Amino acid sequence: MSALSVTFALTFYLATALLIFGLARKIWQYAKTPAPLKIATTPAPVTKSGVVVRLAQEVVLFASLFKSNKWTWLFGWMFHVALLLVLLRHLRYFTEPVWFWVDLIQPFGKYAAFAMVAGLAGLWARRVLVDRVRYISSPSDHLMLALLMGIGLSGLAMKYVAHTDIIAVKQFFLGLMTFSIQPLPSDPALLIHLSLVALLMLVFPISKLLHAPGLFFSPTRNQVDNPREKRHLAPWAAKLDAEPTE
Amino acid sequence: MADFETPELKEIPIIPHVKDGSMAHSKPYVAKAEFQEPLGYPGELVDNWEQVAVDKLGELKGKYRSLQVFLDSCVKCGACTDKCHYYLGTSDPKNMPVARQDLLRKVYRRYYTFAGKYFPKLVGAEDMTKEVLDDWYSYFHQCSQCRRCSVFCPYGIDTAEISMAAREIMDAVGMGQKYCNEIIAKVFKIGNNLGLPEPALADTLEGLEEEVEEDIGVPVKFPLDVKGADILLVTPSADFFAEPHVDGLIGYAKVFHEAGASWTLSSYASEAANFGMFIGSYENMRRISRRIRKAAQELGVKRIIFGECGHAWRVAYAFLNTYAGPWDFLDPNYPVPQHICEYTYDLIQEGKLKFDKSENDHMTLTYHDSCNVARATRMGDKPGGQFTIPREIIKATCNNYYDMPADTIGEATFCCGGGGGLLTDDLMELRVKGAMPRMQAYKTVVDDHGVTNLAAICAICKTQFAKVFPYYGYGMTDIVSVHQLVGEAIILSDAPSDDDDDDNDDE
Repeated sequence: MSALSVTFALTFYLATALLIFGLARKIWQYAKTPAPLKIATTPAPVTKSGVVVRLAQEVVLFASLFKSNKWTWLFGWMFHVALLLVLLRHLRYFTEPVWFWVDLIQPFGKYAAFAMVAGLAGLWARRVLVDRVRYISSPSDHLMLALLMGIGLSGLAMKYVAHTDIIAVKQFFLGLMTFSIQPLPSDPALLIHLSLVALLMLVFPISKLLHAPGLFFSPTRNQVDNPREKRHLAPWAAKLDAEPTE
Repeated sequence: MADFETPELKEIPIIPHVKDGSMAHSKPYVAKAEFQEPLGYPGELVDNWEQVAVDKLGELKGKYRSLQVFLDSCVKCGACTDKCHYYLGTSDPKNMPVARQDLLRKVYRRYYTFAGKYFPKLVGAEDMTKEVLDDWYSYFHQCSQCRRCSVFCPYGIDTAEISMAAREIMDAVGMGQKYCNEIIAKVFKIGNNLGLPEPALADTLEGLEEEVEEDIGVPVKFPLDVKGADILLVTPSADFFAEPHVDGLIGYAKVFHEAGASWTLSSYASEAANFGMFIGSYENMRRISRRIRKAAQELGVKRIIFGECGHAWRVAYAFLNTYAGPWDFLDPNYPVPQHICEYTYDLIQEGKLKFDKSENDHMTLTYHDSCNVARATRMGDKPGGQFTIPREIIKATCNNYYDMPADTIGEATFCCGGGGGLLTDDLMELRVKGAMPRMQAYKTVVDDHGVTNLAAICAICKTQFAKVFPYYGYGMTDIVSVHQLVGEAIILSDAPSDDDDDDNDDE
């Protein structure tokens, strides 16, 4: 067993553990921090099912972003949908036999990588060309785009430029899932791709990628508009009610 | 007096390029000890203010999910960058909502995140320094908490929440804003923002009764502290004397009169506007709100109705139940509280009010959706009632009405430029420049449809427009109250026949 295989195996175990632990910690933090006031951005749904619809529109269609800026919406939505397809397509490297619906999306998933890279390029162009967006960009905002772009391009390189032994890669990941380390091919494109993916998993819970869980906890989007009908009181605020007032 | 240029209104609105630091000089007066201490804040900048500020931030993000989630979630997509009226009017990049949030976020990152602790340069994290605090003081007092950015943010990040937190931190280190804190202290001492004591208020209301009776020959009452009345009206104290606010108050009184309602004002809770919200203080907001509960209990009323006031309606509609409820001692058949527009609208629907629309024929109107009514509240039982109900009232009382462009009204409405604790003369430049997008939209309907007047249901909007209209070439009396239109057009059943009056000159 090569040192390379062991190194990557350990890296992915660590990255997975930190991703899950980090995200769980943040989600726990969001869930336990109270929202003491009703602050839904109105007009807002007046029922819980209405809130589910509102959140679904935000998650699936990026409804608010669509209202705001058509270019950012177009590039952002294209990137996220393409990323989803690509991720689903990658399930084939973790399942044996491959689930039938993963086979079904395989042709779309292959081309989605191009859409993903194109969406990233559009977002990056806005970050550089629009003076307002340039002003608010930190180095980390550019690096995040570089990281995702690197993942997309190295993936495309394996598909269209320098093939790797994909069967062996699959054996490696199936092995990881049963805690047995199988040999990993040492093609540069593959190693770059996997390193960047591990890095993405590591930075996810400590970066702006927290927008993913954040959206579900956003009080302006997830609250029912019913403050007159139902008294809303946070635990720390309820303590004030117990004290005598003037 | 004015040492700044009023922005030019263009044919087509354009998004300005960034002009770094162009509003860095804008700062309201800092509160002196006498205005800080009654609210429970230190009188001057405390010695270890850096640590106090960082600790306060930590405390607040543990108490408000909004703050914690919003500080983490921004991806700097830029969707909000052209949405703030202060950015559009001033070109200062720190008036872009995301950049304003970043003033606080960079400190959050430095002290509370892994990336900011170990790689500050990479993620734009910064230490809590005097420069940062001064920037906060300047730019968190250039946000009117209007929530327009939150409509367009893909994660619903509301800069108002960030501004409120920053102001609360500044209060905690002893760097509060004079305008807000002085006014809150007045409410605690006297009962309203203007510091109008009970005898003066009684006098004012008596004067109004005489004036209205002289004018229309009907004894319309303005009751004060009447025990056993059905309805407690809580209205912004500006309604008692400012123009056009007082014409709105006369309108409410005429509606109550025609409906045969038993109602009263309270001298103890003689203020609807709750400035506790502007400084983001749960405790102060709660303390002010509970005056209304006490007044309602002592007067033994059955219902509470709020007058025309934007931020007040937010606190009333969205927060009052939390702060001062439960309302189990009031009549369960009515929402608590109700907006005066809901009350009037219901009467219109029931056919209980009659209007002579021609009384308002000398005006062609448009309606300004006040920011906090539009994006933080509702009227009626359907989402969006806050847009339709005031318009239905205007259309029931006026013949000539046109809406401003669709992307400047409803949920996308532009703030008047004076909300959120900025309605003070020491921020005049900001107020004039921040009004630009609204003025631009107003100009469109003035030019296209001959609109002559702007109707609003917010005391701040009314005062702000009266002040900034002249800068843009409009008249300071072009702003009117919605219930002023109601008051002008309403036909009171017990009015002396006015056929022999001077109203026959229309033909």
